[in-house]
Amino acid sequence: MSSDTGKFGEYGGQYVPEALMPAIEELEDAYERYVLDNEDGFMDDFRERLADFGGRPTPLQRADRLSERYDAEVYLKREDLLHGGAHKLNNALGQVLLAKYMGKERIIAETGAGQHGTATAMACAHLGMPCEVYMGRRDINRQRPNVFRMRLNGADVNPVTVGRGTLKEAISETMRDWAANVEDTHYVIGSVVGPHPFPAMVRDFQRVISEEAREQAREQAGRLPDSVVTCAGGGSNTMGVFAEFVDDADVALYAVEAGGSSLEVDEEAGVAPNSATLSTGTEGVLHGSRTRVLQDRDGQIMESHSVSAGLDYAGVGPELAALVDRDRVTAVTVDDDGALEGFHRLSQLEGIIPALESAHALGYVEDHHDDLGDVILVNVSGRGDKDLETVLEETHGRDIEGAPDIDTFETTGGFQ
Amino acid sequence: MSRIAEAFADGPAFVPYLAAGDPDYESSLAYVEALERGGADVIELGLPFSEPIAEGPTIQSAIVRALEAGMTPTRYFEFVEDLDVDVPLVCMTYYNLIYQFGEGGGPADFVRRAAEAGVDGFVVPDLPAEEAGPLREACDEHGCELIFIVAPTTKGERLERIMSQVSGYVYVQARLGTTGARADLSDRTAESLERVADWDVPKAVGFGISTGDHAQRVIEAGADGVIVGSALVDIVATGAERGDPAVTVASKLEGKARELKEGALRGASGNERPHPERT
Ligand SMILES: Cc1ncc(COP(=O)(O)O)c(C=O)c1O
Repeated sequence: MSSDTGKFGEYGGQYVPEALMPAIEELEDAYERYVLDNEDGFMDDFRERLADFGGRPTPLQRADRLSERYDAEVYLKREDLLHGGAHKLNNALGQVLLAKYMGKERIIAETGAGQHGTATAMACAHLGMPCEVYMGRRDINRQRPNVFRMRLNGADVNPVTVGRGTLKEAISETMRDWAANVEDTHYVIGSVVGPHPFPAMVRDFQRVISEEAREQAREQAGRLPDSVVTCAGGGSNTMGVFAEFVDDADVALYAVEAGGSSLEVDEEAGVAPNSATLSTGTEGVLHGSRTRVLQDRDGQIMESHSVSAGLDYAGVGPELAALVDRDRVTAVTVDDDGALEGFHRLSQLEGIIPALESAHALGYVEDHHDDLGDVILVNVSGRGDKDLETVLEETHGRDIEGAPDIDTFETTGGFQ
Repeated sequence: MSRIAEAFADGPAFVPYLAAGDPDYESSLAYVEALERGGADVIELGLPFSEPIAEGPTIQSAIVRALEAGMTPTRYFEFVEDLDVDVPLVCMTYYNLIYQFGEGGGPADFVRRAAEAGVDGFVVPDLPAEEAGPLREACDEHGCELIFIVAPTTKGERLERIMSQVSGYVYVQARLGTTGARADLSDRTAESLERVADWDVPKAVGFGISTGDHAQRVIEAGADGVIVGSALVDIVATGAERGDPAVTVASKLEGKARELKEGALRGASGNERPHPERT
């Protein structure tokens, strides 16, 4: 890792309009001073707020029934219990606090599943900062509870209608706002993507997941896990739960991507029916960094797909891409059906309704537990309350193993 | 003297922008040619990229139309070859398309093909001077200019870094934000021009210029050229929406170009500054 140059092997860098470069340099400076050197006690302030406001540490829970099912010890890192219901708060709180230390007056963010937008809106309310969130029209429709939550916390939600109206369009739109208002505005990017220093900085805010998990595993299992399994969209919960394990050569790291409906690409339509950037993407430049991206032969960015809005992105963090190239992280995929099954399974066997994003990791463990060793640590990156409508719709008419009889919900109107 | 330097050599330059292939290949050829008849000295021709982060809604929509009509890098080079214009052409696009072209993994193939098609220079809004080394090299090898944007926020060391890399002309961004026609003219223009005053390349001001009056004032403020995109793309958009015949739209574009060029000329007539040395 070399956060000083902003490069992870070939990946990373700063590919942004000139108007943004001074802001990025200013951020780089603030990252080094406050985050890396703890100037003015920034990191202490951050950790204290993560505890008091955020509810950290989150538990590492032994999942008894899954353990029995897989004949292994399965531990769940419960980021779903973090305030707001996902790991996203770690980063949002870190960045909004940093913006405050930097003297910025306005916060903007983009969101896919709405989890990052929600986390940012909460952090802004907590710290007294005005907040605007850009969200694709399509994502607004499939993640309505989060839209309402953002507005309850006082944020404005700006719909983005271009393209397919998902995360990649929302990121582009937020960059435009930033370019226009860069002098007093901070852009809280939602994952380990974008120009340096974002990938390194977001990782450092998310690192707390693996700091805790590593210690907790030592205490509770008496040793480090054989494998750590988690989902990868942009890669922030991924880097967060991997960061402290990267140097533990005996711990296998699995990044589970959204296989969507297929890994095949429709070149004609420029659509990837998946969001499996690490597994199927190629090197390119998107949203400020050189990384793996889903693109056609010309370099046009493809529309991606996943049943989970939070994984539906055509890029991925440059550091994660570099770790996959180095074979330190294994990139794998679980398709929409596998994720839905993982969702229902965890709900029924453990009483935990996971985010559809996290359900991908659980789907992978179901199919590959034999290869994952005796102690398996799964990161539950978020809770699934936001996904209930989507799950109802997507489960209906499909043959999803272990799902309740969805039709009864409809006739009794239980979900309306 | 390079073709771009020549274009700036006698009097203020009018530098219009259109997205190639908007709203379709054939009409777009006619529209670009109309700009030359209206007085264009250099033409910035956009190669559409799916994530145009430096563009406002007007140009972004143009890019969507062009992509939907089938514009690709390969088609773009054919487009440049099919164009019947004599003025120098600047390719405006994003780095990923440059990087992926041909064998991929570098800008060499793209620049070679562009130079062969008749492109004289490049503007790449998501490529800051820090990351521009490989493209700069390819441009030098093929005799192309690499134009950089200086923003209202660009100061200090960054100015130096850009100055050491820029050729052709410096694109002075008149205001913060993305491209888009504005009713008013930014008061940051003079201040921005001030910062590049002693650079030995021509200074062209863009972002938000939409009328002959704006063009006049930009030249009066000391610019060597005016860059106009959205105000022209608006004409294409309206024509496409209403289904107007291409000749009608082309003649409107020519008229608008003439208004802008004449504004620039008016700005220069009261403005007998010596021109900076050209390289
Ligand atoms: C619960 C949850 N998990 C995972 C993700 C994917 O993001 P990342 O890969 O950055 O962790 C999201 C994104 O919104 C999310 O909400």
